[in-house]
Amino acid sequence: MTTKRTLSIKQRGLTNFEAIMWIFTRLSALGMYALILFAVIGALVMGARNQMNLADVMRWGFMPNVTHVQSTDVPDLDLWASPFWKLTASALLLIAVGHGVHGLVVIADDYIAGERGRKIVRFISIVMIISMIIIGLYLIWTS
Amino acid sequence: MGLKRNVSLSAGLRYKGPAGYITYILHRIGGLGMAIFITTHILASFVGGRTGGFFNGIYENWAFQIFIFFCVLFHAINGLRITILDLFPKLLDYQKEAIWIEWAVFIPLYGISVFVIMSTAL
Repeated sequence: MTTKRTLSIKQRGLTNFEAIMWIFTRLSALGMYALILFAVIGALVMGARNQMNLADVMRWGFMPNVTHVQSTDVPDLDLWASPFWKLTASALLLIAVGHGVHGLVVIADDYIAGERGRKIVRFISIVMIISMIIIGLYLIWTS
Repeated sequence: MGLKRNVSLSAGLRYKGPAGYITYILHRIGGLGMAIFITTHILASFVGGRTGGFFNGIYENWAFQIFIFFCVLFHAINGLRITILDLFPKLLDYQKEAIWIEWAVFIPLYGISVFVIMSTAL
């Protein structure tokens, strides 16, 4: 009855696309934690403690884009709009789009069983990934 | 091949796993909620104007904030449990305990957040 479930990742093997995306989902989650924490720490270093409330800091943390701090008491917006933060925001966008769209595909696969339906889901997901990355990068780098 | 699976929509919705089913379905709701929110948020700020303003009005509503923060916080905490247990498979034997810890972290954090949102909104 008690089958051993403790197979290491190496023993399970990462042989096909779904298995690689399985580990990507986990690692990208860790990456997003790191980037969000990084953005929050950066906000505190740039003086958020006196100029922002917690909700604003979290808004900045989840996507370090300068439009997210425009309504706060931050005096120097140029500091928050530096290429450094735009690169951080771009990294977060790329990871989040990959993680999120693959999550949508996983959900859709649970309810759409036919071969044709799944092909359509994959086509839509590729369109979504490309368009969201282009629109997101445009918004980050022009704001 | 990997794409073939004979599960109907109703069978998928009626599935009840042995443990952690509630976290599984809440994780799914949270992920879906965030995906829809972020997609419309990006599109709304891209379009701008009155359409964008209409969607921004929804985001600033306190009821929506309570919902989306549930999605974000639950997905983040439950996702951390899944990540840790999957990357260190030996810990999978303690899944039940991990879910208890998860609720012990989630309920106070979310309760305080809801209280803060409500007290500033109402």
